[in-house]
Amino acid sequence: MSESLALALQLITQADTQLLGIVSLSLRVSLTACVLGALLGLLAGAWLAVARFPGHGLLVWLVNTLLALPAVVVGLLVYLLLSRSGPLGSWGLLFTPTAMVFAQAILVLPLIAALSRRLVHDSLAQGGYQLRSLGAGALTAALLMLLHERLAVVTVLLTAFGRAIAEVGAVMIVGGNIAGVTRVMTTTIALETSKGDLPLALALGAVLLGVVGLINAAIALLPTREPAMSEAMA
Amino acid sequence: MDLNLISRRAALALTLAFATALPAQAQDKAIVMASTTSTEQSGLFAHLMPAFKSATGIDVRVVAVGTGQALDMARRGDADVVFVHDTAAEQKFVAEGLSVQRRNVMYNDFVLVGPASDPAGTRGKDIAAALKKLAGSNQAFVSRGDKSGTHAAELRLWKKVGIDLATAKPPGYKECGCGMGPALNIASSSNAYVLTDRGTWLSFKNRGDLTILVEGDKSLFNQYGVMVVNPAKHPHVKSALAQQFADWVVSPAGQATINGYTIGGQQLFFANAGD
Amino acid sequence: MNAPEAHVAQVARVAMAVAAAPPAPPLISLHAAGMNFGHTVALSGIDLTLRRGQRLALIGPNGSGKTTLLRLLHGVLESSSGERSVSTLQPEGRAPRMAMLFQRPFLLNLSVRRNLLLALWLAGVPSAERRARTDQALRRIGLADLALRPATTLSGGQQQRLALARAWSLQPDILLLDEPTASLDPGAKAEVEQAIEDLGRDGITVVMSTHNLGQAKRLATHVACLVDGRLAALAATDDFFSQALPPAAAAFIRGENPWI
Repeated sequence: MSESLALALQLITQADTQLLGIVSLSLRVSLTACVLGALLGLLAGAWLAVARFPGHGLLVWLVNTLLALPAVVVGLLVYLLLSRSGPLGSWGLLFTPTAMVFAQAILVLPLIAALSRRLVHDSLAQGGYQLRSLGAGALTAALLMLLHERLAVVTVLLTAFGRAIAEVGAVMIVGGNIAGVTRVMTTTIALETSKGDLPLALALGAVLLGVVGLINAAIALLPTREPAMSEAMA
Repeated sequence: MDLNLISRRAALALTLAFATALPAQAQDKAIVMASTTSTEQSGLFAHLMPAFKSATGIDVRVVAVGTGQALDMARRGDADVVFVHDTAAEQKFVAEGLSVQRRNVMYNDFVLVGPASDPAGTRGKDIAAALKKLAGSNQAFVSRGDKSGTHAAELRLWKKVGIDLATAKPPGYKECGCGMGPALNIASSSNAYVLTDRGTWLSFKNRGDLTILVEGDKSLFNQYGVMVVNPAKHPHVKSALAQQFADWVVSPAGQATINGYTIGGQQLFFANAGD
Repeated sequence: MNAPEAHVAQVARVAMAVAAAPPAPPLISLHAAGMNFGHTVALSGIDLTLRRGQRLALIGPNGSGKTTLLRLLHGVLESSSGERSVSTLQPEGRAPRMAMLFQRPFLLNLSVRRNLLLALWLAGVPSAERRARTDQALRRIGLADLALRPATTLSGGQQQRLALARAWSLQPDILLLDEPTASLDPGAKAEVEQAIEDLGRDGITVVMSTHNLGQAKRLATHVACLVDGRLAALAATDDFFSQALPPAAAAFIRGENPWI
């Protein structure tokens, strides 16, 4: 254990270019996937909270069930889509970071949609009537609630990011774990584990947690909506 | 709508995300090679590919999976060249028309490792005898069970000794459905026997009480072959570049590079394109 | 006389009293209006004419239908029976604009200023005008120095005044207030009452439901009493509190003020 932590520290301070490349790719892939997932997922969540049509309940049930979609299954499905023998094969995206982004976006989409739907639904129960009386349409009111509860939305997105950056099943299959091209933190950990180099694998795990920890700290320190005294007197 | 708070921060976040995101896929010379985990983990490719790149400027992107999965990938057209170690399966691949030609590249060997105390008494140069003794004992044996080249070789060896795994599995036989590294980890932690390629064994750090018990038997030879995926079956395959790789790896330059790869002074792979 | 006849007699008396003075132009009229929610009868037989410049207080026990009547007047609810007619404003030549306020105003987690801007945006007001009307409203209600504070950090009285500012900025002709001070402490209550009075002086027509008879006395020109979904009494404020009331209304008043 301590050997791994010491190794982790060593890896970080040495800032080996290969490791930096792997960390950077992990962040880029998962962040992009979350941005995509957020754009679609928040819209879907808001819409699901207000839309009324036959089969609406079924759709909500589906989104909630997809929360349990295993990463490996997502990877397989995307692989079959992007494979040369598959429908989108001509796009030539298999074994590229783009495929990884695609897969992770699909992975976090149900998560963001389901959680934001619940968020919006509960907020509308409190203030939906008044917003509508001010002239807001249903979807507008829903989107305004996302704005109103933006701190909760941030938590949802952080959860999604955590899911994305920690998964290995999807990126392994659609990325191929190609050295220098599609190798990310989690696939490296998997590789080192399968080679039997457990201390290194654990150390990389610690590095991964450290990186995510830094991001969370940065977000926590972001200025919140409490304006400074000077702003209030301006 | 002047909710600048939202639009400004959102614009910034989005720009950052996309600016730092994916680099444009450089359309320079690159091919995808489907190969096996044991070869990748032995470190050979980290040694071989840079040499090939400086000779030809071509990037080889190795996707390392089990032999069965590698051939499957190629079958679907997701790889340009295949580099595995299961001659029978490779010849079948050619027979299916998925490749025009299969060529020998190199061989390494398998070894039987097990607890140093060798309770089943397998030590020696005869793998057939060793396996018979294992079957007769209660000792644990870990099989990869993952359709890999190593797994296929293991199955062939059992068959040669006349043991039908489907009906008469030895009492200690365990299948993990995993790669060579995890199989070695399992063997090391449970003091079991396991068949492994020498390359993975040499780089394996978690040996525990395990040591090489049987080596040098001719039937433990592990032959590697290279095949370019047939462009007639998959027109998008970068056959010209892939052919350059296949030609280089059997050329004197490629063969010398293979022989030059060592771990701890020991050579892992023996070039035999001429055989 | 029995209760319904007494009620009719009372309404007739009031109508004649009101008819004596030159009447302000009618804005919204309800005629034998009723409202059912499933099997529950929330309102029945409502005859009410809201006139321009009036400040009408709706009083009555909980569940008597005050909120439903407000919504009926607003038009957000459609009556189950009877009719509602809206007159064109003269000289403006358009339908009266209405804004509604609630007991607990819903304010977004944004600054005071942005809440106002948002309401104007929702009402379709063009960009430059939005800023002007926001600043105007802040000054009118006296919240200018709180403009950048998050609306959710305001006190109860300040929040309700913000809601008033929000409604006022929409330039309504009629302001409908649903128990606007019910959850406020006395100081905040006074604050908000003062603001309502100010707006009333601008000529805005106000309909306000309240539990507080003193508030009705202070702010309203007319008082309507609802009991069990029916209009138990309707009169000018002075008349309402000085003359004899129909039994149902009288009983309610007594209940509120046992010493009367």
